[in-house]
This record gives sequence, structure tokens and C-alpha cells, in this order.
Amino acid sequence: MTQAQVSSSASPLLAVRDVSVVFGGIVALNGISFNMQKGQILGLIGPNGAGKTTLFNCLSRLYQPSKGDILLEGESILTRPPHRIAEIGIGRTFQNVALFPNMSVVDNVRVGAHCRTNSDIVSDSLRMPWIRSSEKALNKKVDDILGYLELRNVAHTTVSGLPFGTQKRVELARALAAEPKILLLDEPAGGLNHEEVYILGDLVRRIRDDRGITVLLVEHHMGMVMSTADYVVALNFGRKLAEGTPTQVQNDPDVIKAYLGSKDEQ
Amino acid sequence: MSALQEVVNDTQPVETTPKKYMALGTTASVVVVLLLCLAPLIAKNFVIFQMTMVLIYAIAVLALNILTGGSGQFSLGQSAFYAVGAYSSAILMENFGVNYALTLPISGAICFLCGYLFGLPALRLSGIYLALATFALATAMPQLLKLHYFEHWTGGVQGLVITKPDAPFGLPMSQDMWLYYFVLVVSMVIYVASVNLLKSRSGRAMMAIRDNEIAASAMGVDVARYKTLAFGVSAGITGVAGGLGAIAVQFVAPDSYTIQLAIALFLGMVVGGVGWLPGSIVGAAFIVFVPNIAEEFSKGLSGAVFGVILVLIIFLLPHGSRQIAYTVQNWVHKLGRRG
Repeated sequence: MTQAQVSSSASPLLAVRDVSVVFGGIVALNGISFNMQKGQILGLIGPNGAGKTTLFNCLSRLYQPSKGDILLEGESILTRPPHRIAEIGIGRTFQNVALFPNMSVVDNVRVGAHCRTNSDIVSDSLRMPWIRSSEKALNKKVDDILGYLELRNVAHTTVSGLPFGTQKRVELARALAAEPKILLLDEPAGGLNHEEVYILGDLVRRIRDDRGITVLLVEHHMGMVMSTADYVVALNFGRKLAEGTPTQVQNDPDVIKAYLGSKDEQ
Repeated sequence: MSALQEVVNDTQPVETTPKKYMALGTTASVVVVLLLCLAPLIAKNFVIFQMTMVLIYAIAVLALNILTGGSGQFSLGQSAFYAVGAYSSAILMENFGVNYALTLPISGAICFLCGYLFGLPALRLSGIYLALATFALATAMPQLLKLHYFEHWTGGVQGLVITKPDAPFGLPMSQDMWLYYFVLVVSMVIYVASVNLLKSRSGRAMMAIRDNEIAASAMGVDVARYKTLAFGVSAGITGVAGGLGAIAVQFVAPDSYTIQLAIALFLGMVVGGVGWLPGSIVGAAFIVFVPNIAEEFSKGLSGAVFGVILVLIIFLLPHGSRQIAYTVQNWVHKLGRRG
């Protein structure tokens, strides 16, 4: 528990406070608390059904916690509707990639910047001068991101025709276009092969280093979490099992028990 | 910037969905506009009238295309908005003596409001359920127009007769020809504005909703707002088409705006190509001319012949006229490379 105290000493970027979620009679999350510091890559791990996705959905405002609070820079996010989360700097990707399949890569990324731009349907239909200039600035920004993630050569391809690994990068590009302070990644390693997983891990670290974006990594793939995250929170059956550096959590007897089962159970 | 610009200006092969998915290229647009401008000079008055109707239906099909192709919502109730637009224009012209051209923006605004308000409860429905709700709207509309309560304005079952406008400034052209050019200008303005809209931030938001609502919402798109706006815009444009239709036909009556009209517009959208705005005029030509062609094959079985033609089109061109356009574009490119 000393780790928790150390990490909460500076004012955190994101604070999860005593969050509980109950579905009917089932307690999916039970009093989860942890802090995320700016610039940290925090890995959230746990076996199936541990409550990782439930917690993730609370952060992206798809679920409303029955108890507790989630604070971004000291302000509760729980009063905001889901579509007003992006504008305060929370971006996300989805577990099995949720792009706009019939749109091109550029258009997907442009939609990512929706919360950073302004327009109304009348000015849009008339292509007013201010619309032209904001579209120009947007194109520049989108091009930078596509270059950064090496997506320029597929910029005008429809997303549905791209390989899965590329789609994941498009999803990251779309999330970056929203200029997030904190990026929530929901099982990014899912569906990737061994090599791709480590390339992705490097990419996540690079995004953090280059852009100062804090990352919450919800992941099944222990190898990726241990090599990518600076700090790890382990959940099981809706409770927090352990938190600390990857090595500390990896050696935690409770975590080992949750993943491998205890001797008596065997 | 430069790299993106280069790619934007690059012409796309047919295999990938072209960037110009919503509009035609410059050359093609010029050709189409020229054809539309010159056609009435060699046509008889009745054909000019039919071409005017094609343009008017093209506007209505385009409106449906924005709703379905753009925001992914279905509507079988477009005839209701068309009727409201037609009656608004008719009542304004006949009862208040408003100039016919001025009635159009008013009809459009009234229909925008109707569509927006209808879009609010429709938010809870999607797919076939939304289609059914709009279907109910279409079946209710003729009866609402016949209501005794509104009879003073709507003329009840009798409907209203409208006088056809003359060409202004003493231009030497027939009423039909003047109306054709008037409708042509209105439809080009609406077409350009619609293309702009769908290519803009708002249009991208609508298409994002069409493709994945949850992801759109996570990107900060207010799903409810854009869905109702799409309904409003679609209804507003349909209302303008309705107003023009009333002026062209010189008559409004409740039974001109039945569910059959809504289905015809839906058909026009599918034949033209869902989500491809230039296809609207092809779809409109289909719903105006093909029933007549079918009748020439066989008077007694015109419906069956029409059905066969429709089934053939669906089998051969599942993406509508868009498919032909892409094929032609591909040929032109191949020829260009060889030459």
C-alpha cells in the first residue's frame, strides 16, 4: 500500500475514487481506487471477468458507477454525457477496433478532431471562408498525424479494406486527432501477432514520450503490459488485488494466485 | 499539407472508393450541366414539363440520400414532407399572394422544422423500425390534409389550383421552359450546398454516426443533434421540392402525396445509388420515365414489366447508377493512359 501513497502524493491527472458498479445483484466493481500521474503509462490487468472493461466503460462514460467518483484534474467527469468526454481530453480506442468502415482513413481521423473544431450546418453548406480556413488547418493537422503513424500511403483508402494491424494504427491516429490528455486503450494487443504486439507497445511509449500523453492500457497480454507500462494495477473479481511497478505486481502472491490458481485449488 | 494535397488531387482507381464519392469531377459536372441547359431547346413543351418533374424529384431523392446515405436513417415518409412543402407553397401563393419564388424558402423552413421535430422521437428508433414509423407518417398525411378543420386553407378533398408563373422581364420563352430553368437553378444550388454539407465537419459527423454510433459519440459527436439535424435538412429540401412540384403541376390535392410517392422516392435513391448524390437525377429520371416505358411494352401488364425492369437493375447494378459511372471513369482512365 506504500506505493499507492507515493503515487498519490503529487496531484494526479486522473483519480479513480472508490468506484463501484453493480449490475442487478452482481458487483462488477467493488470500491476501486487508484491514481494516474501525468505522463504515466498505467497498465490495468486482470483475468477474464475481473472488471477491467467495466472500469474502462466508466471512464468513457458508457456506464454510470453506482458509487464513487472519477476526477480528471480534480473535476468529476461523471456529470458529463459520453459525447462531452472527448473535449476535456479523454480519448479512447476500442477492443475490436471501432472505426467508421465506409469512410476513408483521412475522414476517420478528421472525425477524431470533431471536438476540437466548430461549425454549423448553414456555414458548412455554404462553405463560408471561416469553414475553408478551419478545414485547411484540420488537413494540416491530420496530415501530420498520418505522417507520424506512417499512414500517408493509405490516407484515401476506405478503412474496411485495410489489414487489422493498420486499422489499429488508424484508430490511434483518430484518437490523437482529438488532442487527448489521457488516452484509454482497450486491449490494443488483441488480434495481433507476437511481433506486432511489441511494435504496438513501442508505439504507445513513443506517443507518450513525444506528445506527453498519459496512457491507460487495459490489457490481457501480460508481456505487453510488463514491457510497456510504468505502473500496473491488477484487478480480480471487481476488487483491486495489487498495484505497483510491473515487477512488484508480477511477484505479488495474490496476482500469481489469480492468474495461475493456488496450490489448494489445483 | 503538400503531401495530403497531392493525394487529394490524385485520381482514384475504381477498386478503392473514390474521394469523390459524393460528387462528380469537374469535367463530368460541366458536361451534365451543359446537357441540362441545352436539352429544353430541342424538346417539346410536354417533354420539358417531364424534365422539370425529373429535376424536382431529383431534389427530393437527393434529400432522402442525405438522410439515408449520409446519416444512415431510413425514411418511407418523405411524401409527407413533400406534401407539407407543396401545400405551404400553394397556400402562400393562393391565399396570401406571395411570389412563387419566395414561397420556396418558407416551405423549406416549415419542413425543416417538421422534420427536426419528427426526428426527436425518431431518435429512439433505427433501421426497419424507423422505416415503419415514417411509413405511418406517410399514410397519415393525405388524411390530415383532408381534415375538415383545415379545409379553409387546404381546400379539403378538392385541393388547390395554382396559376403557373410567366417568364419574368418579358423573356421570350414559354411558361414551361421558364419553369424548367428556374427549377434547374434551384436544384443546382441545392446540389452544391448538399455536396458541401456532406464533405464538411457536419457531414462527416453524420456519416460517422451512420457507421458507428458509439465510436462517433466517443469522438465528441453529439449523436442526437446530428441525427435530428439530418432529418430536418432532408425534410427541408424535400419541402422545397414539394413547393416546386406544386408550382409545376399547378395543383395540389391530398391524394397526390400518398405512400406511393414515398416509395417512388426510395426507389429513385436505390436506382441512383445510395449515398451518391449525382445519382439522384438518374433515380428521378427512372421514376418519371420507366413507368411510361413499361406501359409501352404492355398496357395491361405495365406494373409487371416495371417490376421486371426493377429486378433486372437490382441484379445487374446493385449499387445503382454509381456503378456505371465508376466503370465509365475507369475506361476513361485506361484510354487516357494508353493515349
